[in-house]
Amino acid sequence: MSNQNDYDRIERNAKRRKLIKNTVIYIFLAIWGLMVLFPFYWMILSSIKSYSAYSSEYIPKFFTLSPTLQNYSEAFTAVPLGKYFLNTLIFTLCTTVLMMVVIILAAFAFARLEFRGKNIVFALFLSLMMIPNELVIITNFVTITDLGLRNTFAGLILPSVTSVFYIYLLKENFEAIPEELYKAAKVDGTSDFKYLVRVMLPISQPTIVTIIILKVIECWNSYVWPRLITDNSNYFLVSNGIQEIRENGFGRENIPAMMAAVVVISVPLIVLFLIFRKKIMAGVSRGGTKG
Amino acid sequence: MKVVLDHLTKKFPNRNKKVGGFVVAVNDFTFEIPDGKLIGLLGPSGCGKSTTLNLICGLEKPTEGRILFGDDDVTGLPPEVRGVGLVFQNYALYPHLTVEENIMFPLGNLRGEEKLTKQQMKDKALEAAKLVQIDSLMERKPNELSGGQQQRVAIARALVKMPKVLLLDEPLSNLDARLRLQTREELRRIQNETGITTVFVTHDQEEAMSISDMIVVMKDGVLQQIGIPQEVYDEPVNLFVAKFLGTPAINVFEGRVKGGSLYIGEDSVLDVKGVDDRDVYVAIRPEGFIVDDSGRMKCTLLRREVMGRDSSVVAKNDAFIGETIRAIISSETKVDTSKPDIRFSLKPAKTYLFDRSTEERIRFSV
Repeated sequence: MSNQNDYDRIERNAKRRKLIKNTVIYIFLAIWGLMVLFPFYWMILSSIKSYSAYSSEYIPKFFTLSPTLQNYSEAFTAVPLGKYFLNTLIFTLCTTVLMMVVIILAAFAFARLEFRGKNIVFALFLSLMMIPNELVIITNFVTITDLGLRNTFAGLILPSVTSVFYIYLLKENFEAIPEELYKAAKVDGTSDFKYLVRVMLPISQPTIVTIIILKVIECWNSYVWPRLITDNSNYFLVSNGIQEIRENGFGRENIPAMMAAVVVISVPLIVLFLIFRKKIMAGVSRGGTKG
Repeated sequence: MKVVLDHLTKKFPNRNKKVGGFVVAVNDFTFEIPDGKLIGLLGPSGCGKSTTLNLICGLEKPTEGRILFGDDDVTGLPPEVRGVGLVFQNYALYPHLTVEENIMFPLGNLRGEEKLTKQQMKDKALEAAKLVQIDSLMERKPNELSGGQQQRVAIARALVKMPKVLLLDEPLSNLDARLRLQTREELRRIQNETGITTVFVTHDQEEAMSISDMIVVMKDGVLQQIGIPQEVYDEPVNLFVAKFLGTPAINVFEGRVKGGSLYIGEDSVLDVKGVDDRDVYVAIRPEGFIVDDSGRMKCTLLRREVMGRDSSVVAKNDAFIGETIRAIISSETKVDTSKPDIRFSLKPAKTYLFDRSTEERIRFSV
């Protein structure tokens, strides 16, 4: 009988310990979640406070009792945010598509083709990675200005249609694909290009999706280069637009309207990430070869 | 489709650039593969078997020589237009495609009047899949298949466009022993059913002997001997071929011929007519020994190993090159293991003489 009680006691203890452990873990996770989500909350909160309410708060409040959507309409009316949005979309799509074409072909050449000076060229490419972006931005500016491409989409897009880092990343990925697949595809009657499109790209899909997402985010958030190369508001991107809205207040920065614009701009990126997150996680299972 | 290799040579630039020069992977290779036969290309690792296969399918260009399919010279053609099927040692299936898509892959690349509709492609893929008995697995991805199943998919993919020549590069090496036996019979059956000229590369002599119509033995890029398996086994042209074929391996002794008699050590073991006095290598197949108390060859008996159907006698002899002599005898044969020595008489047909320097066969009559 006492035996039975012992077991009951052990079981109860184990349950209690597990409960405590879980509680602690969840408390920590909750704190962590709050820390991560707070900036988003602050952004949305600020965007629905009215300009006057926001300005009158000496110490910003953590909530608002009179939410308003007025900032959103102001963000779109004070500056042509719709137009900037479209510009950013064009810029992002063109840059990403062009860059993908460039880096896929370059990575294929480095990974699969044999040509004279391949290693030297690749070493030169890699050495480019060690030069910080800020260092080349002036020379890029001079080059683009000399080409007469200021205030054009071409001028915006051109400097970022290649990326040594992504070429390197993709080349490593391509090289991990067994040589036999190339031979098999050759015997099966494919050209090099078809092999790239039908075999290499699908197999490297996780890496490619990752690169696309990173590049889209990079384009969407780019600020320095667009700011530098455009002074005509027809070619402004959203990042410039945000600055414009901020400077638009009555003697004081119009933070609520700016936050409203930020919310609008972040939504597409968040949606994009949520869609592709599973794609990245799922990956393409590796298999089909042995040995 | 008959395949002719005409003075085929392939040289690779030496990897070590300081040494320079070339590595000859295939050296002046000439032979003809008759239509509809299964040829086993056999040799130790690095002897140029795979290079030969790559030359036939066009993945490598020969340095010299020609390759003919039937009467057509295909030497300069790229692999995609040669009409060959190739099965790799590691299968090389496309991991992102299902079994059916894998098999259909070569068909999707056909152009012009050969172009097939989706339905035709599906039918052909199913036909090929039935041939290798994987038609129930069409929707799976390669990583959901066992090794043997993956190998079948690879074979189906190679067969689906009815190639003129089917090339198999060590197709069984990655399978376990039982599956290897089964797949090799399967290969033989498929080859019989389709009648496609097939070249089969392997380093496993037993595998080659058991399924090939003809075997080709290679060493260091040089063709050693061609023939039907039994013939090559019974009549090796040189010491290398003799040593390469047969398990357990052939027993090689240092010997000499004096006055029409073959000596191993101090024993005159066999009468050999028509051979001048000289030093030779004597190679004796394990089944070439007869336990015989009045036999002319004396060895130190080590032990007897029983293997069921037959048993082997392990012995020693000072003239032997290697560790221990292995003789295969039937299980009924009595061996007196209490004595330190054992005597054999030799079967002349299982005893071969080779020149000491050239290692070429020296023929003799009994």
